[in-house]
This record gives sequence, C-alpha cells and structure tokens, in this order.
Amino acid sequence: MPADTNATTGPAALQGLATEPGVPKPDPILVGDKIKRSFGGLTAVDVGHIEVQRGAITALIGPNGAGKTTLFNLLTGFDKPDSGTWSFNDQSLSGVPAFKVARRGMVRTFQLTKVLAKLTVIENMRLGATGQRGEKFLSALFRPLWKSQEDEITRRADDLLARFKLDTKREDFAGSLSGGQRKLLEMARALMVDPELVMLDEPMAGVNPALKQSLLGRVKSLREDGRTVLFVEHDMDMVRDISDWVIVMAQGEIVAEGTPAQVMADERVIDAYLGAHHDTDLTELDHEAVQAQAEAELDEEEAKHDD
Amino acid sequence: MNWGYIFEFAITQALGPTAVVYALAAIGLNIHFGYTGLLNFGQAGFMAVGAYGTAASVVTFGIPLWAGLLVGLLATVVLALILGVPTLRLRADYLAIATIASAEILRRIFQSVTFSDTFGGSTGLSGFARDFYALNPYTDTVSLGFISFRNTTAWVLTVGWGLVLLSCLIVWAATKSPWGRVLKSIREDEDAVRSLGKNVYWYKMQALILGGLFGGLGGIVLILTQSAAVPTDFATNTTFFAWACLLLGGAARVWGPVVGAIIFWFLLNFLGELFSQMTRGADPILPTWLMTETQASLIRFIILGLGLMLLMIFRPQGIFGDRRELAIDAR
Amino acid sequence: MLMRNADSPLSVTDEQENCVQRRLTSVLALLGGMLFLATGAASGSALSTLPSESEGQNTITVRVVDSRDEADNDPVADVDVEVAKDDGSFEETGTTDADGQAVVEIPANGKYTVELDEDTLPSGAELEDGRSTLEVQILTSGNRAVQFNIGDEAKSGPGLGKQLVNGLTSGVKFGAIIGLAALGLSLIFGTTGLTNFAHGELITLGAVFTLFLNRGLGLPVVVAGFGAVLLAGLFGWGQDRALWRPLRNRGTGLVAMMIVSIGFAILLRYLFQYVIGGRTQPLTQYVTQSRISLGPVSMTPKEIFIVIVSFTVIALTCLVLMKTRLGKATRAVSDNPALAASSGMRVDGVVTTVWILGTGLTGLAGVMLALDQQVMFRMGFNLLLLVFAAVCLGGLGTIWGALLGSLIIGILVEVSPVLGMPAELKPVGALIALILILLLRPQGILGRTERIG
Repeated sequence: MPADTNATTGPAALQGLATEPGVPKPDPILVGDKIKRSFGGLTAVDVGHIEVQRGAITALIGPNGAGKTTLFNLLTGFDKPDSGTWSFNDQSLSGVPAFKVARRGMVRTFQLTKVLAKLTVIENMRLGATGQRGEKFLSALFRPLWKSQEDEITRRADDLLARFKLDTKREDFAGSLSGGQRKLLEMARALMVDPELVMLDEPMAGVNPALKQSLLGRVKSLREDGRTVLFVEHDMDMVRDISDWVIVMAQGEIVAEGTPAQVMADERVIDAYLGAHHDTDLTELDHEAVQAQAEAELDEEEAKHDD
Repeated sequence: MNWGYIFEFAITQALGPTAVVYALAAIGLNIHFGYTGLLNFGQAGFMAVGAYGTAASVVTFGIPLWAGLLVGLLATVVLALILGVPTLRLRADYLAIATIASAEILRRIFQSVTFSDTFGGSTGLSGFARDFYALNPYTDTVSLGFISFRNTTAWVLTVGWGLVLLSCLIVWAATKSPWGRVLKSIREDEDAVRSLGKNVYWYKMQALILGGLFGGLGGIVLILTQSAAVPTDFATNTTFFAWACLLLGGAARVWGPVVGAIIFWFLLNFLGELFSQMTRGADPILPTWLMTETQASLIRFIILGLGLMLLMIFRPQGIFGDRRELAIDAR
Repeated sequence: MLMRNADSPLSVTDEQENCVQRRLTSVLALLGGMLFLATGAASGSALSTLPSESEGQNTITVRVVDSRDEADNDPVADVDVEVAKDDGSFEETGTTDADGQAVVEIPANGKYTVELDEDTLPSGAELEDGRSTLEVQILTSGNRAVQFNIGDEAKSGPGLGKQLVNGLTSGVKFGAIIGLAALGLSLIFGTTGLTNFAHGELITLGAVFTLFLNRGLGLPVVVAGFGAVLLAGLFGWGQDRALWRPLRNRGTGLVAMMIVSIGFAILLRYLFQYVIGGRTQPLTQYVTQSRISLGPVSMTPKEIFIVIVSFTVIALTCLVLMKTRLGKATRAVSDNPALAASSGMRVDGVVTTVWILGTGLTGLAGVMLALDQQVMFRMGFNLLLLVFAAVCLGGLGTIWGALLGSLIIGILVEVSPVLGMPAELKPVGALIALILILLLRPQGILGRTERIG
C-alpha cells in the first residue's frame, strides 16, 4: 500500500514520534509488555514496553549480548519468558507455541541459517507453504488428492526463487549454497508462509558485499508488498539505508528509539555501545565479544532444548 | 564341509519368517530414524505389545483371533501415544534411553510371574493361531527350486511377505509426499520446520505411531510363526538386530530395511551353520581348544557386533543408502 | 559453524580414512590378543574343568536360588526336583548341585511340569510365591531354564522393620557398585557427549579380568581385583586410541558413535560368553560368607569391603575432580571443545585421561560385582539401564550427582520389594524413575536448572 497517503499507518506515521524507549506507535502490529527472561543470574531480556509499527521496516540494534536474539526467540515462541505478555494483531501470543505463531503470520529467520541442507532448494521452498493437503498422512498416500495444490505451490516457489535470483540453484542441495545464498533462501522460504510480519535475525551476517545490495532490495520490496519487517542487524549501513525506525537495546533493555538519523546522534546509543567500556582496554572488549557470541549460541541451544 | 547345505540353509532362513519379522520391524525403524531422525531403541517393546495384545486377547480373554489382531495393533498405537506424549520433546539421546527402558519394562512385565495369569510368565502364551492356519491354502510342502518350505511356513511367508510389500508401498507413497517432506525436514532441523508453521510434535507422533505399527505387525507375524508368544523374543537384542537390518540395507530408502533384513539373516545363518559344521563331529575341522560347538554358535554374534561397528564407520549409509541424505551425520 | 557441521562428514580424506583403518586394525589385534589369552587361560586352567553345557541335547535346567535379604541370588544345593512330560511319557528326577542347578535331559519338545520337593529345601526356607510346580512349554531345541526362588513371602519371614533395614543395606551396597560405574559413565558422557551403550560391557570386563587373574593365573582375589582395575584402565586407553579418538578426529556424529557403541557392546558381550561360557563362574575365594551383625545391620565381610572401597574411591575421585586441573579441564572440554582447544588445552589428552579413569572406575564396579555375585557374561549389560538411570537421576555433568543418583537407584531397587513390589519386577521401579526424571527434570537432581549464558 502507498505509505504516505494515511498519516496513521506505514512508515510515514513514524515521523515526529518521541524517541523515548517503548514509545507508542500509531498502528502497532506487535505490542509487548514487561517481557523478562533470565538465564541463571543473568537477565538477558527485560523489556518494559515495545511496539512495532505496521507496514514499516524496524531495526533492532544493540551491542553484542544486548538480548536481541533472545527477544526474537521469546516473541516467536522459541523460548519462554519468565514473565510478560505480548500480542500480534491484538491477539495474545503468550504461551502460543512457535508453529502457531508462524501460522498467525509472524515468521522468523535465524541468525545461523537453518536451511535444510539435505533437501533441494525447491523442496525447501515447497515446505514453507501452509495448509497443504499432502501434509496430512491419509491424503498424502493418494497423490491425486494433492497433486494440483503441489503444482500451484511449485509455481509460487519458482516465482519467489526467480525474484531472489536462486532459480539457477533450483535442484541443488541447499547445503551446497554459499552463506549469502542460504540467507536468501531462508528469507524466500519464510515468504512461502505468506507472513504479515517478517522477522529477520541478522540477515546480512556472512553475506558477501556483492549479494548485499540484492538482499537489501529484497527487504525493501517486502515493505512494498505491504509486509512489516523487524530485523536484528549489526551492519549500520544497512540500518541507515533501509529502516524506518530503530529500536536500540543494551543489557536486555530498550534504551532508545527513533529514526535512523535520530538514533545515530543519540547520546544514549553511543553510551550503550561504548559507555560501559570507556575506561576498559580493548583486549577486555574482545573477551566480552567472545562471551556474547557464546551467549548467543547458548540461546540457540536453549531454544532447541526447550521445545 | 557341506557348502551346498550351508547355502541352502542360509537362503531358506534369509527368506523365512524371521526375516519377515525383522523386515517389518526395520521398516518401522526406518520411519522413525531414517525419515524422521527419532532414535527409537525400544522397537522390541512395540513388537511385544503387538504380539501380546493379540495373544492375550485370544488366549486370556477368549475373543476371536481377528479381533485380537486389531487389539494388538491398537495396543501399539496406545504405546506410541503413551511413550510419545512426554518423550518426543526430549533430546535425541534421552529419547533413546527412555525408549530402551520402556521396552525393558514391558518385557519384564510380560515375563513376570505376577502377571502370568494374563501373559503366561516366562512360558508365554500359545494356542491362538489355529484360526490363522485354518485358512492355509497350501496342503503340501512348497518348493522354490532348491529350497522348500513346509505348508504352514509357506502360509506364514505368503502373508508375511505380502505385508512387507504393502508396508513398503505405504512407506513409498508417504515419503514421496509433502507429508514425507515434513518428516525429512524435521530430521534435519526441527526449529526450521517449526518456524514455518508446522506442528513438529504432532508429525513426530505420527511417525512414532506409524513406525510402531509396523513393529507391532512384525511382533504379530513372529508369534503366528511360532504359534506362541514368548517374552525372551522381545529382549533388547531384538531391537538391536532390527537396527542392524536397517543400517545394513540403508536408512531412508524404501527397500533398505527389507534388503537389509534378508542379507542380515543370510549372513547370520551362513556364519552359524559354517562354524557349526567346522566344529561338529568326533574330529572337527577346528580344534576344540579353539572352538567348541557351543562357542561356534557365538562367533556369528561377535562378527555381527564388529560388522555393525565397521558399517557405521565406513559405510553409514548402508548398501543402498545415499550418503548425501543421511541423518546419521547429524550432531 | 553450521557449514562445518554440514560439510565435514562428507569430506573425509583418504589419509584420515587410512588412519581409521590402521587404528581399527590395532584394536582388533588388541581384542584378538585378549581373546587368545583368554581362551588359553580358559583351556589351561580350572575353567575347563567345569561341567560343560550339554551339547546337542534338549535339557531343562532347574535352578533353585535364595533371593532373601540380598541383591544377589545365592544358589541352593541338594534340592530334589522332578521333571515330567504332561502326557506321562517321560519322568526324571534331579538334585541341585553347588550352583543350585539340576540339569535334566528331555526327549522331545512339548509341555513339561517341573516339581520341586519342598521337603528337601533347607530348613526355614520357603518358596517365594508358594508354587512348587511350574509348567514349561518347550518349543525349540536347546536348554531351557526354570527357576525357583526362595523368598520372604511366607509368614515366617522377618518383620517389616528388619526387612526394611536389610533392603536399605543391600540398596546401599548395590548403589555403591552402580555408583562406580555411573561415575565412569558420567565422566565419559560429560566429556565426549557419547551415550555409550557398551558401558555395561566395561563393567563385565572388570569382572572377567578378575576371573582370569584369579582362576586363570591363580592370584588371590584381592590382587586379581587390583590387577583387573589396572587392565581396565589400559583397555580404556586402548579403546580411546584405537577407536573413539580416530572417530572424533574424522568428525563422526554422536548418533553414529552411539550405534558404533552398540556394535562394540554386542561384540564384547559375546566375546565374554565365548571365553567364559554362559554360566555363572565363581571366583576362588569369598564366594559364601556368613553375616556379621553391626547393630541392626547384618552384612557379610565382603559386602562391608565393597561398600567401604566403593565409597572411598568415589569420594576420592570426586574430590580430585573438584580440586585439580583435570576436573576443570573435563568441564571445559565438555562445554566447548573448540574453545578449550583454542585456549591451549590438550583436548585429546584430557579425553584420553577421562577414558582411562572412566573405564578404570567402571572396571572396579565389575570387580566389586564379581565379588558380590560371581562372574557372568551378561552381568554388566543387565546393569546398563540402572547405571543410565543413576547418572540421569543425579544430573549429568555434576560431580556428586552420579553418587547421589546411584544411591537412590540402589535403594529404590532393593527396598521396593519390601514395600510390595514383586521381587522379579524390582528393576522396573528404577526404570520408571529413569523415564520420569528424563521427562520432568532432564538435568537431574543436582543439575543446574538453567545455564548461565
């Protein structure tokens, strides 16, 4: 939908909002309250209030270990919070299992891509389609019952593959793709679900510069399709380039919000990235980074074991 | 040494009822492990429940065999549900331990004196197969070239291999469908499948039930063959042998478990008879200080263990498997 | 990370392949050597003078065992039994020997009744379930065993309090033995992540080594047990070097390794049976002992020895793991091998040490079990699930968890019959506990609820 015709929807409505953490949006698609998650003694996420504007591209940034991926896991049902509520399209998602969250139209990708390496690219895509008759055991046994739907799904998949420039890889095993191609495939596969809200966890990590532009274009085109995008990213160029709104997290909390330009100039953001380390030396910073990395991996594990 | 007899014996066994039983059990494991990646080390439990469900219905509760067969199969579904509801959320290795423990619990209960009124204790149950053999169309020994089967065995084999064929057909149709695609995806990465809106837990449950049903069918064929249900037939080794059949033939291949079962029983009986002949008589080929006749019956199991290790190390995809498509590398 | 996982198993170089082959050849040589030594010892020693199993003949073996008070079943000698075919065509009597067994040859398959003459039981003994006649359906040729248990069912048994004390006592002893094996399993699992289905056979290994050194070479049991632990440690080193390390290095998955361990378990178990036969083989000393009363508790001297030695060794090992670098190293390796390696740790060295220590401890469990129950090829396999139960119950990766879990499992197994569980089903309680703990608290009792990220 054209973004600038209505002042309460889309990215245009974000102009002139306050830059306070948790600021209310005119037309939120996702609203969260008092979401808390701790691992042992360490509080990974403690978000008082968060809103994501419908039809806009929102970036979630913050230093390593700020709890961005954990928040993603919580919102999508891959991890359970200690407390808190959140809703999508005004329907509560608390305690809703991950697969139902996806069916409601909120689909995520993963920081470490989860392509199904031993399936072909086209099979990866077909898996994404929802409501497949052939996925019910009894009808699965009789091909005529699902053949026509499968053809339809395949057509949609081929369209998307062409848009994502993966059509030449159609019959390759997904495991043979490069890191960037995997990111593309994962995003394309998520679109097979036809989600309203696409949540991308570090879509640019490990993508070579040549592919980056294409990937950026794809993310922007999601907004043009009328979808909402929430993404975690470290690449500031990307954040500046495509996001309408930026939410900054540090140590599990939201510390600032605003348009890219506002956030880049915000003292609180600079503090969040550097403040804690003004007087520490670089080797220690490095150590912290390693620890944060390990933490992110643990979160992944944690999410895996919980379900 | 009578090589002709050794081959005849081994081939007869490789096509015989035991091979049918293990083919069915391994087809079930193929659904579990080959396609879905579930480590079920309690297949003997599913076989036992199918077998005892049938046998106890007829012998203890006096219902007709045909209804008893349904009870047996229903019992495997119930076991899958009881086992699956809690355990399918577990890590792969925990599931392995939970299933092996469940099968052992079941075997001990079937064997126990405490429940012998129902399950017959260590002697087991017999006298339920008459209705089955009453339908036997064969009146004479059936000969297939140089091997032959008694008429009762031939009847079991006709039904048994028919069931194997039917099972393979079902597995083929199911795994080539979108349903099978979901299973294979779960085998690779549950979270990815979950993120695409599929109820992973329910698919795993369906796989556990379907594979368990094939196992139960195997157990039923076993007791029909023997006309008796005996608890020692459902020990942990039974599960391990079924695994060996599956891995030998090749996991995630429709015919893998069937070919695996045939080759497995050929090899096991070939080696058994070979060493038996080499140690038999007053002046055996192998000196008795090296191997007695009792020991000769064990050599094949030692080789089996070694073979399973070597297979897993050097050819984990089995004879027909495709190494590119294999759950075994997963960590 | 993901890429490495996906690719490494596919890209095994020839060199690695050769390396694995070479290592495997050497493990085969090792096993072959052991087999040779064993058969040599067996044929040249007292083992060969044992009555060999009747060959090529159908037999019914009637066993009479005393399962009162204790975890183990003491054989009962000099009991008359009668075996008769139900059509009256055959009748034969026998008397149990020192192993509590009477072997009766039978002419054909069919239905048989086995009757025990209760007048010939030792005074005060009663059959556990009161049934002196058992029916046996013989369907296949070979040997069929039936067993009569002398138990506590009869009203003349000791009071509930006394039974409870006895149950607790044998539970503690049983727990102590399981504890050694559980500590070994926990160490190996904790460090390598391998669910080792051959762990039961490592218990049997300790018992079999003891048997060789004692019966084969004529060493006193205590010396033989000590030697067996050393040999077990050596075996631990050997299996890591020849089998597990090459597999680790070529990136074999844990599931594949688990199945390899199943193959290894089958290989070892039947090798044991090949060498020592299917029957229980007694050691030369301490087979039967009379009990000493210590207050309300009455135990045989060997049981006291087992409890003291086991708990001392477990406590020492746990302390060593807590206080030394080794403990820290094993935890570091188990948490993140790559990180441990990059911080200059010799991961392979740590893992090898763990295999030696773990197999040694497990071997000691086998020695203790041999002392308690004599030696049988399947004895360790029978314990495997209980050891798993103990480890899972206590909590993986916790140092004292194996001990706590083992005590609970041991006591649960031994006390449950007092509380009404039929003796033949007593391991079932522990197995149910295992499943429940996996479901409800997979990190175990002492495990951390959450990992600190």
